[in-house]
Amino acid sequence: MKKAEIIVIGGGPAGLCAAIEAARQGARVLVIDENSRPGGQLFKQIHKFFGSREHQAGVRGIDIGNRLLEETGELDIEVWLNSEVVGVGKEKNVWVIRDGTDSLEVKGDRIILATGAMENSLIFPGWTLPGVMGAGAAQTMINIHRVTPGERILMIGSGNVGVIVSYQLLQAGVEVAAIIEAAPRLGGYGVHTAKVRRAGIPFYTSHTIKRAWGRNKVEGAEIIALDDKWQQIPGSEFTLDVDTICVATGLTPLAELAWSLGCEFQFIPQLGGFFPDHNEHMETNIPGIYTAGDLTGVEEASTAMEEGRLAGICAAASLGYLTVDERNIKCAQVWERLNSLRSGPFGTVRRKLKEQILQSKGGIFNDRLA
Amino acid sequence: MTAWPDHPGVKLSGAPNLDEVKKTPGYPAQKYWKKGSLAFIECVEEIPCNPCESSCPQGAICVGTPITNLPVLDAEKCIGCGKCIAACPGLAIYIKNYTYAENEATVTFPYEYWPIPSRGQEVSLVDEMGDVVCQGKVLRVVNTKQNNHTPLVTCSFSKEFFERVKSMKRLPKRNN
Amino acid sequence: MGRIDNHVILGDAPPRRKVAITVDGEPLEAFEGEMIAAALWSAGKKDLRYTKKNNQPRGIYCGIGRCTDCVMIVDGIPNIRTCKTPVREGMIIKTQKGLGEWEGGGLNEKS
Repeated sequence: MKKAEIIVIGGGPAGLCAAIEAARQGARVLVIDENSRPGGQLFKQIHKFFGSREHQAGVRGIDIGNRLLEETGELDIEVWLNSEVVGVGKEKNVWVIRDGTDSLEVKGDRIILATGAMENSLIFPGWTLPGVMGAGAAQTMINIHRVTPGERILMIGSGNVGVIVSYQLLQAGVEVAAIIEAAPRLGGYGVHTAKVRRAGIPFYTSHTIKRAWGRNKVEGAEIIALDDKWQQIPGSEFTLDVDTICVATGLTPLAELAWSLGCEFQFIPQLGGFFPDHNEHMETNIPGIYTAGDLTGVEEASTAMEEGRLAGICAAASLGYLTVDERNIKCAQVWERLNSLRSGPFGTVRRKLKEQILQSKGGIFNDRLA
Repeated sequence: MTAWPDHPGVKLSGAPNLDEVKKTPGYPAQKYWKKGSLAFIECVEEIPCNPCESSCPQGAICVGTPITNLPVLDAEKCIGCGKCIAACPGLAIYIKNYTYAENEATVTFPYEYWPIPSRGQEVSLVDEMGDVVCQGKVLRVVNTKQNNHTPLVTCSFSKEFFERVKSMKRLPKRNN
Repeated sequence: MGRIDNHVILGDAPPRRKVAITVDGEPLEAFEGEMIAAALWSAGKKDLRYTKKNNQPRGIYCGIGRCTDCVMIVDGIPNIRTCKTPVREGMIIKTQKGLGEWEGGGLNEKS
């Protein structure tokens, strides 16, 4: 049976950073990813990132992705692409299907789960029509595959995903008819919403979609206002002439492997719902199983990379590649960068929630059984 | 030409209104405009971000620690070189020159759409809401490798619209 | 719907080899290695399959291989996720009705 010291499941920003940190210390790392290209969602982020120089501020997501891939190559990290992990056992054995045809088992001394998150759906009459898609799907098609979804879109959701993808749709030559937001205030960063607004795109707060219609694809949508109890206000409807509707209503951690492993879980709606419980070393309640990135609570690519570094450092240290002191010094540097990212009015909320996880006494199911 | 926008600001209409930007330490006071080329920073929210600070060769932008601080523009030091425009990941900075000509001012802004305009082209200039304010003439388009795919467009326009103009209306797609 | 030939950040479209595929009996030119769904979108086809009970159209939803809304019959094999499967010269693609039917395509052939 194929063996590796550290198996990283998921080759996105968190997984690659975990692999890089562990390999830097000398560990033998295998990264397994189901896609034909590594990098997760990173290569779709064609905008410049925020933060400081250490966070690679001002660098576009695609370029950060390329840097990570370069380093992965230099460190001789083994990467399996087109490889789906269909199960992980408590013995740290991993079942993989490669290229859709070969199934095999790999044994690791440590596992790092970095499987990311998936887009939520929004259910409304007409939501199944071709042309209704996740905002991330539109982003994949325009930035990776260089094809446009249509001529004129409606964006549902004004969080960072909604406004960034709207901007990228404009860059791809697609018109954005409107961005609607059910809450009374816009969710994304002001600089993102401002970019899109001065491009002439209107925002409608306290609005939602009532229905979409079309024969075999989206041909139009009806928008309706919401009152202060989030109820639709009859008579406030108006029609938008659109052929595409993008849904940007949040992400949910992809935690199937953690569930099936029997990890303890947390439930925090603002971080995406259910996700595996972990300590400050990014280790779950199952010794030797680590986790990082959006899987541990939906945040940003920058925080995913830092959490990946923590998991990689701690997993390598637990195998003896770092002394406790060396590990603590390295982790402290990462924590400083993480805390800096989790500051300001947007970041502080997330910081408090992530601290809540570390302070809790081991997951929600544990408490219930106690 | 539409009236000067009176809108509820960044969390409702998406763009910060004049009151919101004037309150920030990155927006230079009117007394400095006669200096000539000057940076206008419209950063109104505290997010962890500071590339503007390190991009300025004159040291005219200060963020400090924590990096969530709003950037402070020292308008005395600023020479309006424009290095900060492409450095800002939020595309929240533009340069304006009140003294370009007797009746004309210029604005230099980031423009990341295709097609980019060409020198000499007449374009519509817009305010923060994307509404057309006036016409302008493209004086210069800079798209260097250093700016990392953020073209900078400079337009001249009638000085009476100085404060309101922020960018240009996007050009229609060309059919190849 | 169409291809993005020019883009300020991504640059101009790189030259790519063309391949000939068939969609519901009609020939279509695609770029080698691109996802089937991308080729179909560039031709304006968004309805990729029809549901079993009510014959309702479905197309791309998640775009990354998670939701299975984009499945079609590819080279005789139904339920192929077109957002994740690249085109090949001579590929035969059909709009899938319901659960689709096995048309005798290879099971263990590596592409």
